[in-house]
Formats: sequence, structure tokens, C-alpha cells
Amino acid sequence: MKKAINLSVNGVSHTDEVEPRMLLVHYLRDVLELTGTHVGCETSLCGACTVMLDGQAVKSCTVFAVQADGATVTTIEGFAKNGELHPVQEGFWEKHGLQCGYCTPGMIVTAAQLLDRNPDPSREEICHGLEGNLCRCTGYQHIIEAVQYAAKKAV
Amino acid sequence: MTDNYVGKRVKRTEDPRLIRGLAHYVDDIALPGTLHVAFVRSYYAHAKINSIDTEAARSAPGVVAVYTGQDVSGKIGPVPCAGALPDLKVPDHRVLATNKVYFVGHPVAAVVAKDRYAARDAVDLIMVDYEELPVVTDVEEAAAGGPVIHDAFSDNIAYRLTSGEGDIDAAFAAADRTVKQRVLHRRLAPIAMEPRGVLARYFPGEEELTLWSSTQIPHLMRTQVALMIGIPENKLRVITPEVGGGFGSKLNVYAEEALLGWISMQLGKPVKWIETRRENIQATIHGRGQVGDIEIAFKNDGTLTGLRYSVFADLGAYHQLLTPAIPTLTGLMLSGAYKIPAIQMNITACFTNKMATDAYRGAGRPEATYIVERGLDLVAAELGVDPAEVRRKNFPQPDEFPFHTATGLDYDSGDYETALNKAQEIAGYQQLREEQKKGREEGRLIGIGVSTYVEICALGPSQAMPAGGWESATVRIEPTGKVTILTGASPHGQGQETSFAQIAADELGVNINDVTVIHGDTGIVQYGIGTFGSRATAVGGTAVFIAIQKLKEKAHKIATHMLEADASRVSFEGGKYSFEKAAAAAAAGTSDPVVPVGEAPAGALPEPQTDGKSSLTLQDIALAAHVAKNLPPDTEPGLSATYFFEPKNFTFPFGTHIAVVEVDRETGDIKWLRYVAVDDCGKVINPMLVDGQVHGGIVQSIGQAMYEEVVYDEQGQLLTGTLMDYAVPRASHIPNFELDRTETPSPVNPLGVKGVGEAGTIGATPAIVGAIVDALAPFGVQHLDMPIKPENVWQIINRG
Repeated sequence: MKKAINLSVNGVSHTDEVEPRMLLVHYLRDVLELTGTHVGCETSLCGACTVMLDGQAVKSCTVFAVQADGATVTTIEGFAKNGELHPVQEGFWEKHGLQCGYCTPGMIVTAAQLLDRNPDPSREEICHGLEGNLCRCTGYQHIIEAVQYAAKKAV
Repeated sequence: MTDNYVGKRVKRTEDPRLIRGLAHYVDDIALPGTLHVAFVRSYYAHAKINSIDTEAARSAPGVVAVYTGQDVSGKIGPVPCAGALPDLKVPDHRVLATNKVYFVGHPVAAVVAKDRYAARDAVDLIMVDYEELPVVTDVEEAAAGGPVIHDAFSDNIAYRLTSGEGDIDAAFAAADRTVKQRVLHRRLAPIAMEPRGVLARYFPGEEELTLWSSTQIPHLMRTQVALMIGIPENKLRVITPEVGGGFGSKLNVYAEEALLGWISMQLGKPVKWIETRRENIQATIHGRGQVGDIEIAFKNDGTLTGLRYSVFADLGAYHQLLTPAIPTLTGLMLSGAYKIPAIQMNITACFTNKMATDAYRGAGRPEATYIVERGLDLVAAELGVDPAEVRRKNFPQPDEFPFHTATGLDYDSGDYETALNKAQEIAGYQQLREEQKKGREEGRLIGIGVSTYVEICALGPSQAMPAGGWESATVRIEPTGKVTILTGASPHGQGQETSFAQIAADELGVNINDVTVIHGDTGIVQYGIGTFGSRATAVGGTAVFIAIQKLKEKAHKIATHMLEADASRVSFEGGKYSFEKAAAAAAAGTSDPVVPVGEAPAGALPEPQTDGKSSLTLQDIALAAHVAKNLPPDTEPGLSATYFFEPKNFTFPFGTHIAVVEVDRETGDIKWLRYVAVDDCGKVINPMLVDGQVHGGIVQSIGQAMYEEVVYDEQGQLLTGTLMDYAVPRASHIPNFELDRTETPSPVNPLGVKGVGEAGTIGATPAIVGAIVDALAPFGVQHLDMPIKPENVWQIINRG
């Protein structure tokens, strides 16, 4: 039995009928065609599917679309504003914080939240904040530098 | 030629699409009417299939078709194995199990449904009646005659091989001393962040099939899948869109790739399968999986005289593309960075009821480096000398290159001692040793590990490769002057869209933004081999470089004609062919002679007549080449060149890694103090990308050394089937890397590059393990097997 949901994604309002078991990540990817959010493990362990849900970075592979009814969602596609990259996106580009790019959208969302909460984090705090996101390519060093770049830029 | 880009930290051209979520991986491609595939996989490691009841699944909502092994029998050829070895046993590897299943995760049936939820639901409705059979998971038990897995063979031994040069028995007989150690290389899961995935679309009218696949080898896959499913190769197009990491796991041709293509042809619809992470750990190739004994013979002064490695290689149930070849790569690199006159490797490669092992980042070479370096640490301990000094004593010197090893290789170039010195200097090695000594007196457990590795890259000469070791490139200048590069290398995160553009932009004197690198589409790109074995830049980049030289020869000819000048008086600089500059330089005597013998001096020549121009941009020439109204006689229109580069040798990057750790006596926790790596990968095109490769490789080594292990129980059940159980390193697990380089160009290619993709996974594990072992030396520890966990460490500290 499908349920109607209404939510705002990247500033655009959407109303859809979805199966109650449809995952938020599948709603974003398959229904709204926002494929920047990736699925890496289906079990909340890799963080590739991280999106902002009402201001909280969540793993959208373990949230049902119906749970996002009435919510405001920001995906990676909503991070650049008017063609201007978000400071974290800029940091990832400047510091070579990505290689294959698959974990990157989730990393950027998580890093942005980390800086929202702690605008001047230590290296240790950055590492701790990124623990829920796996990257297999970069070895994290350049990701840490990317977050440091964004922190400096935002000051 | 300019030097605006090569050697500089050029930001990647790939990144804007990736950081904005606008790139397309396989699952991001949506075609109307796409059907979704889910697999029934065996939950037994070894069982006979008595029957498969698919009826409930076939009538489930949304289900379009169900295929079992019987349904595809005789219609799809076996999964290919390219490893050719004498007397190799090759099991008949079908895309779906027919009579028996051989490992947990073995695909048994494929369900095709209208959406991925319906497909997944229907999987649970398929009833397979299994009859359990005895299981063998231990490689030595498999070798010793445990339950035989494949009915076609009398035992589980896929092959035995002895390799090496020199009189090994004499070396051991004459040795002052020897050391011996059993060493385990556990199975690892590559864990590319993007799991595998295939989208297949058959066009019935055109009789053409397109496969979008997350692979490292689109062209090789096209050839193999065409043979498997019986479609003409020129009717099959393989596209690798964005590929979310590979690490060797996508250097393969898998059952699912052929099956999806075949299903699309049966149904006339696009079909998609995206691997789940659980499937990825069960049924994508694993790496490593060796149990071996290393013996080293040496003199009292530390001179190495012989090395023997006898190894059991755990191949798993079937061969994938390169499964049997991987242990042989270990054999190639057993000389490490040292002069060892006699080397012998004895391989016993066995089938077990597990997923196949194959190439995982480093592919057989990390095993070699690990055992040689661990062995050198044991030699140092036996002699009571510093591990760095035993290494230094046995290096070939720079003037001894090309250096022939007793494994049959000729190392191209090297200066191992300079890299060691530099790493020791950065680390403050002597001071570290003093701090360690002082720390021990205070009860602190500090350990220092040193690894001086050499690796084999730029795979490779075709003679040494199963299916071609060359790489191809086409360089084309479009009528508007934009530069298009088609490379047969198919990168998946390495950044060749940038690094190849750097090479081209400098060689052509154009802006890097005017260069586009296209890869991973067999419909557009000439045949290529792919990205693996740290080969893309050294082999593929060289193909780009030489193709450009060919193109410039033609452009020069056209320019000379258009400028109505003598060829020797037209020079190319900053993206322009000019007459004046060459003439002026010649008049001033500042360039090579431009006046052919017997002709008048340059200054006496008439000015060129080119509509008043004395120079032409590449764009002018490209336009002229395409409109083709004023070309030299016998000149083909168009401005492009293709080159297939065949390397004459491998390349051999090297370096020194120094790891420093401290072990917590109370918890067994291992804390990072320092990590210094000095790598030499020859000439560097983009230092930022090289650093990234090194970081990533070292962290995969940290995973191997301290966290990762694919575990099967005695029944062959996979106990590490999710990322909760299979521990990939996270950001808080890494040290702050201190990287540096030395630069010894390779003579094998004109760019002087060697390759760096696997250096970290090859050089780092012995340094890390060496450091932990060194920290525990006060407890009499000389060796520990990976992964070394706090639990192991705590037990050593508390055992008595």
C-alpha cells in the first residue's frame, strides 16, 4: 500500500506516492534522479549515502522515504549555490581529497556537518568526525587536508 | 613544447563533476524499461544440487524471468582464465552452478524482475534442495588430499611450480647461518567503494549489445564476453562509465557480466544488476591467501647468499581471470632490493571451497616484499645488527643496473641507498633508536620498522603477459584546435584524464583545458589493455607521448608547406610553428644548424608567403588539415595519430618506508608515532596524484597489517560478510604521513616514469609489522602474522 510523502529536496518541494519500505536513498536516486548519493554497503557502515535530513547528516540507506515525510533534505547536488562550490567541495578539489569519487558526496556532506558543529576542528576531531565514512582510495590524508582547507576558508 | 604542466600539482579535471554529484557510475544510468536482476547464491560451501524449484518465483509479482544453470547450459561459455601454466588444472567454470556449488556465494539462479525490490523478494521464493558435501577450506589440508572439490580431477592441486636461478642447495650448504619462518598472508577483500555492476542493453534491430560495466578492462572484457555469449565482437560495445575503485577486483571477467548481456539478448530489454556489499565480499575476487615458509642463507657479515620460499597458494574453488598467475608474480619479486645469488620458489596452488583469489592491489608482489623484508628483519635479529644496515649491505649499487636477479628479471634503474638515507634522515633514525632505547628503560614499548622495497610495474612486455602488455593512444586535433586523446588505459580513480592531459598540453603547447581524455568505451577508443599493474602512465602515457610526436611530424610537414619554407627552418614552440624564430635563431647561431649543407645562409632566404603570416598555430594547421585545400602532396587529410606502445621491459620503482609505533601495555593498542615514506617512481607527472596513490596504498597496507582478514569457518561459511566484520581502515586509524621522493628515471620509456599505483601496498606492510614486532622485542617476539590486533599484542604482553 503506497503512502503519500511530501518533502523538500535541495529547495524543491516534491510530493510522491511510495511503498512504505522504499529506502530514502532509492527515492532520491530512482524517483528524483538525484544519483549523486551513492550506495556502498546497505548497512550504514560506509557512509556513501550520507545526506542532510533536517540539518542532520544521516545515512539514507537506512532511512525509509516515508520517514522523510515533511522533512528538508539536502543532497550533494544541493551543495553548490549559484555555480559557487561549497567550501568543502572546493577543499576536496584543491587538496585532491578524492580519487574514484564514489565516497565523495557522502564525505562532503559529513564534513560539512562536522564544520557546522565545530568550525575550527583539530586533526583528531576531523578524523573522529569522519569515522562513519569509508574511503578506499585516498588513505584519508588528503580528505583531512580538504576539511582543514574548508575550515580555514570559512573563517 | 612547454613545461607548464608536467611535474606540477595540477588540479584534476575529473573533480568538478565528482564533487558536485554529477558523475555517472553504472547504477546512475537509467534506461526506460530496465529490468533488475538479483541472484540466488549458495549458502553452502560445497553441496550437490538435487533440484531447484523456481515456480513460486516465476509467478511472483513483477518477475519476468528466472534462469538456472540448466537454462543457460550450452548457451554461455565458461568464465575465462588467462593464466597459462604447464599442467594447470582448469575447472569448468559456468556462469551459474549446474550440479554442484563450490563456495558460499556461488550463483545458482538469476531472477529478473521489474524493479530491484521485486527481484530481491523473488530470490527468497526459490527453493534449492542441496545435499551437503565435505568441505575443505584449509589450503594445506587441500594439498594433503582432503575432500576433492572438482570431480574432473583426482586431487585439489591446481599446479605445482618451481622457479628461480642459482644453486640453492649449495647456497644453503655453504651458509654461515640461516633463518626460517612460516608466514601467513591472509585473504583480503578489495572493497572498492562502488561494488560491481552491469547494465546490458540489446538492440534487436541493430543486433548490437551494449554493456555498461564497472570494470578496469573494457576491451579485454568485450573480447571475452563476446566469446562467452556468442555475439560477434564488433557487435558488442563495452562502456565503463565512472568506476568507483577497482584495486584489481575489477581486472576480471565475471559470470554476471556475460549473463546480463545474454539475458538482455533473450528479453530484448535493458537489464541491470548492482552487486550488494554482501555479494561483493562473497563473490568478488579476494586477494593474497598464501601460507609459506621462508628460508634465508647468509654469511656472518650479513651478505645474503640464498633464499627459498615454499608456498601453498589458496586459489579458491575456481580460476577467475588471473587466479593461477598471482603466486607466480610473488616468485618474480623474491630478490627484493637485494643481491641474492640463488633463489628458489616452490608453489603448490590448491583449490579450496572459497571464492577465487586473484589480483588485489599489488597482486603477488606484496607477498614477496613482505616475506623478503620480514626475512631481512630476522637476519638482522640473528646477527644483532640494525635492520637498516643488513639491507644497505645487500643493495645493488646504481652502476650495477640493469641488475639481473636470480628470479630472472632485469631491474631497469635504481638507487636504493639514496632513498634509504633520505628516509632515515627525515625520520631522524638514529635519534629514534635512542628514544626507543630510553623509552624501553622507562617501560615504553616503541617499535621502528624499516622496509626497503622494490616493485615491478608498467605491466608489461607482451611476452610476459597473458593477453598483450602494450597500450594504445590516439591523439587528434579537431578542426577547431581542441585536442582529443583516446587512451586504451581505463582509469578508475587514478586521474589520467588530468595526467595524460598534462603530457599532451605540454607536448602540444596548448592550454590543458583544451585537452579532453576519453577512455573506457570500446565503441570510441581503439583496442586497449586497461589500468592495472601500475601501468597506465608508464605504458599508456607513453603511448600518448609517442602518438603526439607522430602527430607533430605531420603537423610540421603541413606547416612547412603552408609557410612555404624549408622544413629545417620551421620550428615548433609554445603551440606555434614559426619560420622567423628558426631563421633568426639560425642567424644568431643559437640553435642547431638549420641550414642544410650546400644552401644559402638563412638570412639570404626569401620571407615565407603565407598570407602574411610567419607562424601558424596548431589550430591553423588542424583547420587546414581538415579543409584539405592546401596540403603537401601525398599527405592524408585530418590531424590525428595512433600509437600502440610495446614496452621492452617492466619498470622497477622502489623506496624506503619507516613506521614508528608505540604499543600500550595495558590494552595492547597500537598507536602511530610516525610514518615516513620515500618513494621513487621515476619521473613524476603530477606530484599531488602520486602522493594520493602512496597514501591510499599505505592505508590498504595498514588494513592488511592491523585490521583486515576474510574469515571462513571450517564449514566454509563466510564470517566477515559485511563491513561490520570486515574491518576497512577509517580516518582515525591513520598516521600523519611524511612523504618524500627520490627521482631515478626509467630508461624503459621516453617519459622516464615507472608507476606508483601499488607502491604503498607493497612497501608498507613489512614496515608496519616490523615496527610492531620491534616494539614487542623485549618479550622475545621475532615475528607476528597479520592482522596484528590489540588482542594479539595484549596476550603477548600478558602471557607470562
